[in-house]
Amino acid sequence: MGWKEKILRRSLWVYHLGTGACNNCDIEILDVLTPRHDAERFGIKLVGSVRHADVLLVTGVITRKCLPRVLRVYEQMPEPRVVVAIGACPMEGCVFKGSYNQAGPLDKIVPVSLYIPGCPPKPEAIIAGVAKLMETLK
Amino acid sequence: MNNTLFSFLVFPGFLFIAVIGLLFMGIDRKLSARFQWRMGPPLWQPFVDFMKLLSKEVVLPKNVNKPMFFLSPLMGLSGVIVASLLLFRAPLNPQGAFIGDLVVFIYLLLLIPLSVILGASSSGNPLSSVGGSREIKMVLSYELPFILAIFTAVLKVGSLRMGDFLLYQSQRGALFLTSPSCVFAFVAAFLVIHAKLALAPFDIPEAETEIMGGTLIEYSGPLLALFYLVRAILYFTLTAFLVFIFWGGITFTGWGAVLSLLKILLVLFLVIVVKNINPRIRIDQAVRFFWTRVFVLSIIGMGLAIIGW
Ligand code: SF4
Repeated sequence: MGWKEKILRRSLWVYHLGTGACNNCDIEILDVLTPRHDAERFGIKLVGSVRHADVLLVTGVITRKCLPRVLRVYEQMPEPRVVVAIGACPMEGCVFKGSYNQAGPLDKIVPVSLYIPGCPPKPEAIIAGVAKLMETLK
Repeated sequence: MNNTLFSFLVFPGFLFIAVIGLLFMGIDRKLSARFQWRMGPPLWQPFVDFMKLLSKEVVLPKNVNKPMFFLSPLMGLSGVIVASLLLFRAPLNPQGAFIGDLVVFIYLLLLIPLSVILGASSSGNPLSSVGGSREIKMVLSYELPFILAIFTAVLKVGSLRMGDFLLYQSQRGALFLTSPSCVFAFVAAFLVIHAKLALAPFDIPEAETEIMGGTLIEYSGPLLALFYLVRAILYFTLTAFLVFIFWGGITFTGWGAVLSLLKILLVLFLVIVVKNINPRIRIDQAVRFFWTRVFVLSIIGMGLAIIGW
C-alpha cells in the first residue's frame, strides 16, 4: 500500500464543487492556482471531470438542492479519494447557519479528511492545509 | 529474434519512447509555467501522474459500451507505438524498411484520433460525444494539409521510404533550409502538429473549461493513464518526425545524436511557445483556419515543389 500513497501525495488532481458558496471561497481557490501561490509546484492540478480527480474540494453550505448532487459526485469519484471542506460553510453553515435550506454539515453526508476554516480562508491557509493532507497520506 | 524483441520493447521501442515522451510532457508543463511566471511542477511530474493513474480505480459509467470503452485506449497506444517504431528504426537501418513505410506511418497516426473518437462515443456522456464530434471535424480539416505537406517533401526526395529521407538530406543538406517549397510545407506541418497533439489553440475537443475534458471525461484510472501515455509519446514522435522529414533527419550515434536531440528540443520549444501565446479558438474558426490558410500554404508548397523549387 505504501507506494500508492507516496505517489498520490505528489500528484493530487482536484475537482472543485461549489455547493452554494457565496463565491468568496471559490475565488480564494483560484488564488491558490495563480502565479503568486502556484499550487502546481506540488503537482496539484485542477481537472474538469470528477472521474480524473483524487481530491474533492467542497465550498459553501450544503443546500437541500445540492445534497443529492454532492452524493452523486462523490460516488462517481474513483478510489482512493479524499474530501476537503474549504471555509466555514461546509463545516457548520457560517452565516447561513440555521437556515431552512441547510441540509447539515458536510461530514454528516460524506467522510471529510481535511477542514480548512476561515471565511474565506487565506490562500496561505489552504496551502498549509494541503501540506498537512500530504503528510497524512504517508 | 532476441534483437527484434529488444528493439520492440526497449530501444528504440516502447520504453525509450515512453520515457522520453513523458519527459517532453514534463518540459512542456515546466516551460508553460515559466511563461506564466510560475514555478511549475518538477520535471518528472508526468511520471508521477502516470503511476498514480495506474494505481487508481476504474469507474464504469452506467450506459457505457464496455468492449469499445476498454479497447480504444489500447488501440491508440498500439497505433502510436508501431508508428514510432517505424520512425525510429529508420535511422538505425535506412535501407531496412519496406518502401512506403511513410504512408503506413501517416495511416497509423490516424489510429490515435480514431481511438479517441471511439472512446468518447462509447462512454455514453453527452459532453464526450460533443468532444468526439469536434475531434472528427478536426481530423477532417487537418489531415489533408498534413498529407500535402509531407508529400511536398516526398516530391523533393523522390521516395516513399523514410530511410531515403536520411540519405538524401545527408548528401544535400536539410530540406527546409535548401528548398523554398519545403519551408511552406514545414510551416503547414508545424501547425497541424498542434492540432494532432490537441494543444492550444486547437485543444477544442478537450476544452477543459467548456466541456470538462470532452473526449476523456468518463475515463478514469489506468484507462486514462493509457491515453495520457499516448499523448506523451505523440509529443516525442511528432516533433521528431518534423525534424526527421524537414530538418536533416535524426541519428542515434555520436555527435549526430546530440545535434538531433537539440533540433527536436528546439521544435518542441517552438510548439510550447505557440501553445502559450494563443487562446483556444472555436471549432468553426479552426476548420476555416485549416481549410483556408493552412491548406493554401501546403498547396503553395506543393506547387513550388512541382515546378522544381
Ligand atoms: S465560508 Fe464564508 S466566504 Fe466561504 S462560502 Fe461560506 S460565507 Fe462565503
